[in-house]
Amino acid sequence: MARATVAAGSPGSGQGNQSTIAAQLTAHRRRVGERIIETVLFGSAALSVLVTVGIVVSLLAPLGTFFSHVNPFHFLFGTEWTAAFGNKASWDDKKWGVLPLVVATFITTALALLVACPVGLGTAMFLSEYSSPRLRRVLKPMLEVLAGVPTVVYGFIALTAVTPLLKPVFGITGLYNMLAPGIVMGFMIVPTIASLSEDAMSAVPSALRQGSYALGANRMKTTLRVVFPAALSGIMAAVVLGISRAVGETMIMAVAVGNLAQLTFDPRQPAQTMTAFIAQIASGDAPVGSPVYYSLFAVGALLFVITLVMNLTSIRLVRKFRQAY
Amino acid sequence: MATATLAATRPIAGGRRSDIRSIVFAGILWACLATACIFLFFVLAVIVDKGIDRFDANLVSKPPSTIRPATAGVEPAIYGTLWVIGMTALIALPLGLAAAIYLEEYANPRRWYNRLIELNVQNLAAVPAIIYGILTLAFVVRGPISIGAVALAGAIALALLILPVIIITTREALRAVPAEIRAGSLALGATRWQTTWKQVLPSAVPGIATGSILALSRAIGEAAPLILVGATTFITFLPNGPMSRYTVLPVQIYNLVPQDRDAFRHLAYAAILLLIIILLAMNALAIWLRNRYQRRW
Amino acid sequence: MSRVPVERAFVTTPQPEQGSRERIQDAPGMHIDVARSSAAPTFAAESIMTLQDLSVYYGDFLAVHDVDLHVGDREITALIGPSGCGKSTVLRCLNRMNDLIVGARVEGSVTYHGVDIYGPDVDVIEVRRRIGMVFQKPNPFPKSIYDNIAYGPKVTGMKVARMAETVEHALRSAALWDEVKDKLKQNAYGLSGGQQQRLCIARAIATQPDVILMDEPCSSLDPIATAKIEDLMHSLADEFTIIIVTHNMQQAARVSQRTAFFTAEADEKGNRVGKLIEVDETRKIFSNPAKKATEDYISGRFG
Repeated sequence: MARATVAAGSPGSGQGNQSTIAAQLTAHRRRVGERIIETVLFGSAALSVLVTVGIVVSLLAPLGTFFSHVNPFHFLFGTEWTAAFGNKASWDDKKWGVLPLVVATFITTALALLVACPVGLGTAMFLSEYSSPRLRRVLKPMLEVLAGVPTVVYGFIALTAVTPLLKPVFGITGLYNMLAPGIVMGFMIVPTIASLSEDAMSAVPSALRQGSYALGANRMKTTLRVVFPAALSGIMAAVVLGISRAVGETMIMAVAVGNLAQLTFDPRQPAQTMTAFIAQIASGDAPVGSPVYYSLFAVGALLFVITLVMNLTSIRLVRKFRQAY
Repeated sequence: MATATLAATRPIAGGRRSDIRSIVFAGILWACLATACIFLFFVLAVIVDKGIDRFDANLVSKPPSTIRPATAGVEPAIYGTLWVIGMTALIALPLGLAAAIYLEEYANPRRWYNRLIELNVQNLAAVPAIIYGILTLAFVVRGPISIGAVALAGAIALALLILPVIIITTREALRAVPAEIRAGSLALGATRWQTTWKQVLPSAVPGIATGSILALSRAIGEAAPLILVGATTFITFLPNGPMSRYTVLPVQIYNLVPQDRDAFRHLAYAAILLLIIILLAMNALAIWLRNRYQRRW
Repeated sequence: MSRVPVERAFVTTPQPEQGSRERIQDAPGMHIDVARSSAAPTFAAESIMTLQDLSVYYGDFLAVHDVDLHVGDREITALIGPSGCGKSTVLRCLNRMNDLIVGARVEGSVTYHGVDIYGPDVDVIEVRRRIGMVFQKPNPFPKSIYDNIAYGPKVTGMKVARMAETVEHALRSAALWDEVKDKLKQNAYGLSGGQQQRLCIARAIATQPDVILMDEPCSSLDPIATAKIEDLMHSLADEFTIIIVTHNMQQAARVSQRTAFFTAEADEKGNRVGKLIEVDETRKIFSNPAKKATEDYISGRFG
């Protein structure tokens, strides 16, 4: 078979000239383009680190000023928060104890979990162990829709549709409370908990299930005694992520909980979460540099720290369960 | 023989009690599922029921008005949403694609800085939306860039918010392309970029498109970060550029909440209905893309 | 499909270990030219690639060590041996595809036309254009047959006056032209396994390499497709140097002129490390190998 005619010394011409080949193997002017591309791509990826740095800086920088006026101990453990009231320019006529906001966040998150954990885990177990593929094709998009509804809409619904329903049942007096938004937020995070838990349960090798069935256990026992423990770290990751979302949720809280920063453990009362406070100040007319303006960053920093701890925990738990299988 | 007969008359371990417990358990699971479904239908039903009356031409062609709420609309907010989301896409999609390509095709996972970037992206994906608002407020609206409360600032806030999500979903789409394709291309003497651009990306486009559409649909529904960067409360003019003051649908809805009159409630619900329809359409488009064009390797 | 037998002027065998001489001499029916086996290796001008003291590490794990091998120009060299002894690892070093594995590290040298391809200034992209590779499982691109073939020349910037002719020539060289000439625009995935593999061979040929590496190219194919590819190899050897890794000893005996036998040995810590035991003319390896390990493998006593 004749070799295609090529010029001597060009590729494919056999031995060719040894030094020509050596020259060709080392000439790489055009790889400069590759280097440039790789640098640009790296820059885009490194931007994300810049974003985190930016977040930290934007939250930390005002903290210096804030804590020069407010005692950090008083901030973290004080029980009265009157940042939004009084003289806009004055630091001293206000109480800077953040506990009312933190407790409100805690209560609404707890209510949300009360709804989301059973519903989410139950849905996940159903999808993973009980449902047929056809049913899953219908159910999963439904979960995606549940997750996709804008949170301001959920807030609106909580305020105008759910609170009236719950009023007679629980004896809620005013329009604003923590119960309705808490429950609605619970449904909002069901898809988060359900999909991550289902991932974890599906990742359990079927060999484990088969073994359990072969021993005579029924589906309930297999699910509860074999699959659930095996997927536990993934399920915990899901719950922690759900908590993080609940803590960081703004609009439902801003719309339906009321904007009354009071320390109360009664869910039927209005209150104000950390996120709702930030939204209230931002949409108000606080002048730049006023005390309440700085308090926005202080509360924001606290929020960021809490969710950061949750996120890192969740990521570590996910790594653990992904590694196991 | 006697034992065999005995075993045949006794039910297998557990007996009736375990049967009932199994049924109850399955029933509980069904109930959990049903609860979620019922809630979703409840939400949609309320929206349609209360929003359908004002779902008319005025909704999309009139500005909001305190004087004549019955014929007011949310036209400025619709324009604002279009401007902001358009810019968000222009900013977030190329950046997210570039970052994902770097992490998936170029980065050596053993290097500490690459692992840091990965961890960072995962963390940013779960940071509350309002924090992105604070970030943009500090650096873009005020701070070094100081462009004020304009549509571009809102777009930047949303772009930063959905960037980690786009990176993660794009990476998954890239990862779905088998390694043999890359190996075949590189073995022929193609460069890394040629392989990525001519082989990997074309195959990954459906997955990337689906992920991007879903990320953008999340951005459309966001209000918290935009409140932070000054999406205005009540505008009657139409936003007309990146540097214009603006509002978006979710923020407009938020601003209608304190208005207690019935007419405003109905207007708000109509706006919500519009928003939901847009989102459902985008989600359906993304899912259709995924089903139609996803390659089974 | 004529093959002109050429006297290959060089022989390389690793120095026999201490004490092995007696063992081999004692084996019944074995005759060893002792002088030859202890001769220093001599090289001929036909050597196109040379491996010297090549060792490959994956992180801290040593996969194969101290390989010395000469590859003759326009010969078919077969790398044989049991699983896990480093044959594919060595093959992947020859076009630096091993670089793609995270943590892979190479010591020693791989010389191609006198240039150490692991040298600091070497353009690995050009190396890969010149040393093509066919993989174990056919991996055509999800494009048309035409685009599969045209891809290599396009991305390597070869000036081709008429791409269609280049594509046709490559397909003819791979004995695939007649089967696909009417459906060049069809997706490559529609071809059978054997056709896809020949497509991959044609794709590799299109960049005008002078060496083609084949990593167990027939292991996922049926016997008829395998036979077609073995025939193809004989005709390709007129133009190209071929190095083939194969598990199939009969295949190595059928197609190659030189054979290198690898095996894995346990080191002090008990880890299995690959090692080149013997390399020689194929007919000698299969009839009269110098090493007992080779003889054991050939005769089926292990592996």
